[in-house]
Amino acid sequence: MMRSTWRLPKVTAAVVAGLLLAAGCGGGDDGDGSTAGGQSGGQTLNGQTVEVAAVWTGQEQQNFQKVLDAFAKKTGASVKYTPTGDNQSTFLGSKVSGGSPPDVALLAQQGVLVQFAQKGWIKPLPAEAQQALQQNYAKIWQDLGSVDGKPYGVYFKVANKSTVWYRTQAFSDAGIAQPPTTWADFVKTVGTISDSGTTPIAIAGGDGWTLTDWFENVYVSQAGTEKYDQLSKHEIPWTDPSVKNALRTLAELWGKPNYIAGGASGALRMDMPTSVTQAFGDPPKAAMVYEGDFVPGVISAQTKAKVGTDAKFFPFPAVGQQPPVVGGGDAATMMKDTPGARALVAYLASTEAAKEWAQLGGFTSPNKSLDISVYPDETQRGIAKSVIDAGDDFRFDMSDLAPAAFGGTKGEGEWADLQDFLKNPSDVDGTAEKLEADAAKAFK
Amino acid sequence: MSTESVGTRPPATPEAGSGRLGPPPWLSAGFLLPAIVLLALLVLYPILYTVWRSLYDAGGSRFVGLDNYVSMFTDSVTFGWSDSAAIGLVLVITVLTVIALTLGVITGAVQRSTALRIGLIGLPLVDVAAYFILAMNSPMFTAIKNNVIWVVFAPTLITALGLIFAVVTERIRWASAFKLIVFMPMAISMLAAGVIFTLVYDRAPERGVLNAVVVGAHDTFQPSTGYPGARPRPNGPLTAQGEGFITKQAVQPGRPALLPVVAVNIETQRKLATVKPAAARPGVISGTVWVDFAPGGGGAQNRPDPNEKALSGIKVEAVSGGRVTGTATTGNDGGFVFSSLPSGSYQLRLPESNFTPPFNGVDWLGPGLVTPAIIGAYVWMWAGFAMVLIGAGLAAIPRDALEAARVDGATELQVFWRVTMPLLAPVIVVVLVTLVINVLKIFDLVYIIAPGATQQDANVLALQFYLQSFGGGNDQGLGSAIAAVLFLLVLPAMAFNIRRFRQEQG
Repeated sequence: MMRSTWRLPKVTAAVVAGLLLAAGCGGGDDGDGSTAGGQSGGQTLNGQTVEVAAVWTGQEQQNFQKVLDAFAKKTGASVKYTPTGDNQSTFLGSKVSGGSPPDVALLAQQGVLVQFAQKGWIKPLPAEAQQALQQNYAKIWQDLGSVDGKPYGVYFKVANKSTVWYRTQAFSDAGIAQPPTTWADFVKTVGTISDSGTTPIAIAGGDGWTLTDWFENVYVSQAGTEKYDQLSKHEIPWTDPSVKNALRTLAELWGKPNYIAGGASGALRMDMPTSVTQAFGDPPKAAMVYEGDFVPGVISAQTKAKVGTDAKFFPFPAVGQQPPVVGGGDAATMMKDTPGARALVAYLASTEAAKEWAQLGGFTSPNKSLDISVYPDETQRGIAKSVIDAGDDFRFDMSDLAPAAFGGTKGEGEWADLQDFLKNPSDVDGTAEKLEADAAKAFK
Repeated sequence: MSTESVGTRPPATPEAGSGRLGPPPWLSAGFLLPAIVLLALLVLYPILYTVWRSLYDAGGSRFVGLDNYVSMFTDSVTFGWSDSAAIGLVLVITVLTVIALTLGVITGAVQRSTALRIGLIGLPLVDVAAYFILAMNSPMFTAIKNNVIWVVFAPTLITALGLIFAVVTERIRWASAFKLIVFMPMAISMLAAGVIFTLVYDRAPERGVLNAVVVGAHDTFQPSTGYPGARPRPNGPLTAQGEGFITKQAVQPGRPALLPVVAVNIETQRKLATVKPAAARPGVISGTVWVDFAPGGGGAQNRPDPNEKALSGIKVEAVSGGRVTGTATTGNDGGFVFSSLPSGSYQLRLPESNFTPPFNGVDWLGPGLVTPAIIGAYVWMWAGFAMVLIGAGLAAIPRDALEAARVDGATELQVFWRVTMPLLAPVIVVVLVTLVINVLKIFDLVYIIAPGATQQDANVLALQFYLQSFGGGNDQGLGSAIAAVLFLLVLPAMAFNIRRFRQEQG
C-alpha cells in the first residue's frame, strides 16, 4: 500500500546518493561531544547478540549496517539485522507469537507503534535513551514516540514530504530567479512558466497517495496544526470549512488544465515515477513535480538530470502563516528489555548514530543536535533543515495515520475522492461530502 | 480447470441378497476415506467457514445476520436509468440467446418446446433483471455489470477464435508452428500477461505499442500542425473563439495589428526568429503575430520587445460579419499583410488549425475502454486453450462422415455447419462452460492492468471481494459475503458441467 508505493524510490534515492558521495564520506571525527546516550561505557556488551529489524533493504540496509557496525565496535556486541518487509505489524506480530521478537525494531508507521505499545509488545524506553531523546529532539518527536504519556520510540530517520522539485532550466527560461515561498507566489510562478511555453506541473494523479500529500501540505499550512491533528483523528468532519478552503486552494492549480502535464486526464494516468520523468526526462514535459525527498532517487535512476544542478527543490510554499512540513519516520523501539536493546536504542537516539548515516546521504535525522554540515550536499542539507526548522510543527502524513480503507487503498476512500476532485476541481462541496462519508465509514 | 473435477460415479451398488461380488462396503469406505477427509478439509470447510464468516462483522466477533448481504447491495447506490450501455448489453444478451437457441434447435441439441419456453419466459425475466442491475451504479453493481460483460463476451470470443484457429490449422502448412505460437500465452502467468498488457495499452505512444501504432497511422494522414497549446495573452487584444482566437475589436487599416500569443512550446521558440514589428502601410490591414514572452522573462506586455520571437507560418483570417473574406500567412518576422481586401470593418482571426494539439492516441485504460481492453488481454491468453481442445475434438471426428457428406454433394460450408458442428458441439460446450467458470472468477488481470484511476470502472466481483477483505477494506465479513455470492453464481455452471459428465458416462 502507501508505504510500499514510496519505499521503492526511496531505496534508489539512497543508492544514488550513496554512489554520488562515495568520495565525500571519509572517516570524519568520531564522537564530537556526542552528548548523552550511547555512553554505556567501553566494550560492555562483549559476547552479546542484539537483533534489529527494520524495513530497509538494499543501499539503505547497507548504510544502516554501517551505523550498527559503529555500535558493535563501540560496545563489543554483535548485531544481527533482519529486514521486515513492508507489512511490519504482520511480520513482527508473527515473531512475537512465535516467542522470538527481535531486541529492537524500527517501526515505520506511527499506528503500528501505538498498536504494539497497547498490546505490550514494545517496552518503554530506558532512562538513558529518554535522556538523549529530551536533549536532542523537538517535543513533537517525543510525543509521536509516546503512547499514553510513556515514551516508547526514538525517531531515528524521517522522510520530508514537503519538497517541490523543479527543473532549473525551465525556471531560467521563464525568468524566475527565486523559487516561490508563499502559495500566492507559487500560483503566479506557475502562471509565468505556463506563459513561457513550459507546462508548469506534473501531478501523479494515478497514484492517489500523491494527491493526499498535496492536500495535507496545503491543509496543515492553511488550517494550522491543531485542525490538522483533529482532522487526522476525524474529530472534525471533512465537511469542515477548513477542508473546503484547502480544496478551493488546490483548485487554483488543479483547476487549470494548461498548468498540468497531460491535463487532468493525463495526470490521472500518471504514477509517481512517470511524473518525475515528465519534469526531468528528455524531452521534458513539465517544469515542476511535487513529492517527498525520495524524488531525487527517481531523478537519478530514470533520467539524465543531475540533482543539485539540473534538478533542485524548494520547500512547499506557505499557504498560511507557516510553510508545511509533512512526512513520516522510522522509530526505534525495544521489543525485549535486554542490556543490548537498551544500549542500542540509546545509541540510535544519539547524535553520533545520526551522524554515521547522515554523512552517507539518503537520510534525514530529526535530531536537532546534529550539525547540518555533516550532510553530504546542499539538497540533503536543505531537506534536513526544513525538518529541524519546522520543530514542533512537523506533522505525520495524515493518510498514513488513517485506517487503510480511507487513507491507503487504491481506488477507495481519500485516494479515489481526491482523484475525482482532480477530474472535477469545481466540485468542492461534493468532494468534501464524499470524503466525509468515506471517512465516517472507515473510522467507525 | 474444473472439467476434470467430478468424474467419479457412485460406486455400482451390488444388489443385496444373493452372493455379493466385490469387496465389502467397509473396505470401499476405507479407500474413500482419505479423499473424503481431504475434500472436507480443503474444499468443504473453507466454503462453510466463508458462509459462516459472512454473517459476522468486520472484526469477526459480532453476529450481524444478513447485514453484510444487504449492505453489499445498498452501499452508495445511485441509479443511471438512461444508461445506454445497459440497454445495449441487454440487447446483446437477447440476440446471443436467440442465436444460441436457434442453432440448438437446428442442430437438434435443444428441443423446440424447451427453446420456446426459455425464449418466451426465461429470456424476458433475465433481460428485466439484467437491466435493473446494469442501470444501478455502486462498486458492487459495477462489479456485477462487468462480470456480466465478461461472461457474455470473453468465453464466446475465445471459443469462436479457438474454433477458427482449429479449423484453419487443419488446412495450412506450418500448422504446428502456428499452434505453438497461439498456445504460447497459456504458458505465461496471469501476472506476467497483465504486466505485458499494461505496456501494450500504455497511454504514451513512446511506451505503449498499441498507441504507437494508432498515433503513427493518424499522423501519417493528419499531422499535428503549428503551435499546439498556445493561447492569447489573457489581457491582450485576442479572445478565444472555439479553439481559435479572434480580435475583440475590429482592426483599423493602416495601423498594424498586434496579436500577442503566449505558451508556445519553449523548444519550438528556440527555433524561431526574433520579431520585427510590421511597418504601417496606409489603407492596408497588416500586423504581427508573435510570442509575447521574452525568454528569461521581463519585457512589456502586448508589445513586441526586441528579443521576443515571431510566430511564422500562422494562418490569419479576416472576418467580416461572420464570413471569412481573406486569409494571409505570417512570414519569418511574424508579419502578415492583406493586400487585396474590399474596404469594410474586419476582425482578425487565428483559426484553430494553427494550434491543433498532437493526437495522443486512444485512452485504452480510460473508463470506457478498460474492461474491453482487459478482455482483449484475456482472449490473447486463452484462445490457444480453446484452439487445442477444439482441435482435439476435430481430430476425433470420423473422416468418413465428412467424406460421405462431400460425396453426397454438400458444399464445404454445409459440411461444416451440418456435420462438423453437431459432432463438435459437446467439445464446444465443455470449452464454453469451463471458460464461463474461469471468467466468473477473473481477478489477476483486472487487478494488474487497470490503473488506480479506473480500477473502479474495471471492477469485478473477485476484485471487489479482495479489496473489501484484504485490500484496505479489511472487512472480512463483507468480503466473505461477496465470496459467497460469487460462489452462488459459479454454482449453476458447475452443476451443468457435472450433469453433462453424468450424461456422457450414463
